[in-house]
Amino acid sequence: MKVKPNNYIAMEFLSRSVNEGFARTAVAAFAAQLDPTLEEIGDIKTAVSEAVTNAIVHAYPDELGKISVRAAVFEGNVLEITVRDWGCGIADVEKARQPLYTTGGEERSGMGFTIMESFMDALIVRSKPQKGTVVTMKRKIAIRSGRR
Amino acid sequence: MEVISTNKERIYTLQFRGELDHHNAKEAIRQMELKLGAALPKQLLLDFAGVTFMDSSGIALAVRAQRQMTALGGNAALCNVPPQARKVFDAAGITRMVPILEEEKGK
Repeated sequence: MKVKPNNYIAMEFLSRSVNEGFARTAVAAFAAQLDPTLEEIGDIKTAVSEAVTNAIVHAYPDELGKISVRAAVFEGNVLEITVRDWGCGIADVEKARQPLYTTGGEERSGMGFTIMESFMDALIVRSKPQKGTVVTMKRKIAIRSGRR
Repeated sequence: MEVISTNKERIYTLQFRGELDHHNAKEAIRQMELKLGAALPKQLLLDFAGVTFMDSSGIALAVRAQRQMTALGGNAALCNVPPQARKVFDAAGITRMVPILEEEKGK
């Protein structure tokens, strides 16, 4: 059974690298309603940046394509972020998730998935070659004392 | 992203200002390599005090810096790394390749 979110946003943009900053800032602004700490906001921005950069660099290597980002709030102060592309897909997801593995250029470190994994509570990567990739990340935002 | 170089007491410092993500990293790395190629320093300090956001692109930049410094017979270190960037570096275990100096404060 699919659980309905309490709130969500959805956005769509072209795979231009200038949109990386827009995507992470938009998700961070949406997440503000969960009353996160500065550290939690930093973690969310970093994970979104990695996922969106992956889509921009790898999904559409020779063309511009569509990327969608959805952020949703679920019961229990859980933020779920989904980054989707309709690009070339990942042939071997397990391999791609390994630290230091990269097919990117010299400005890539191969640490994107490792950082998403360590900054989020859950990371699910589904991909089909020539169909696209869906990255889903979850992070529970601690409910702090003094909160209304 | 702005990259400013200073040379003081044989330590060549590169100050980075702005958001260090994939979009800005290519240009920042290019500027860094040009500056290092011209200055040929023995000791490089990457000052991250002005980095307002950093993702794994910062790891690639730091590793590139260390590699270029090794080729020059020198070494690189990081300083004034803000908490958000520090967390990214720690997740990658960067200190095995590029040390982070804790004491550097101010100019």
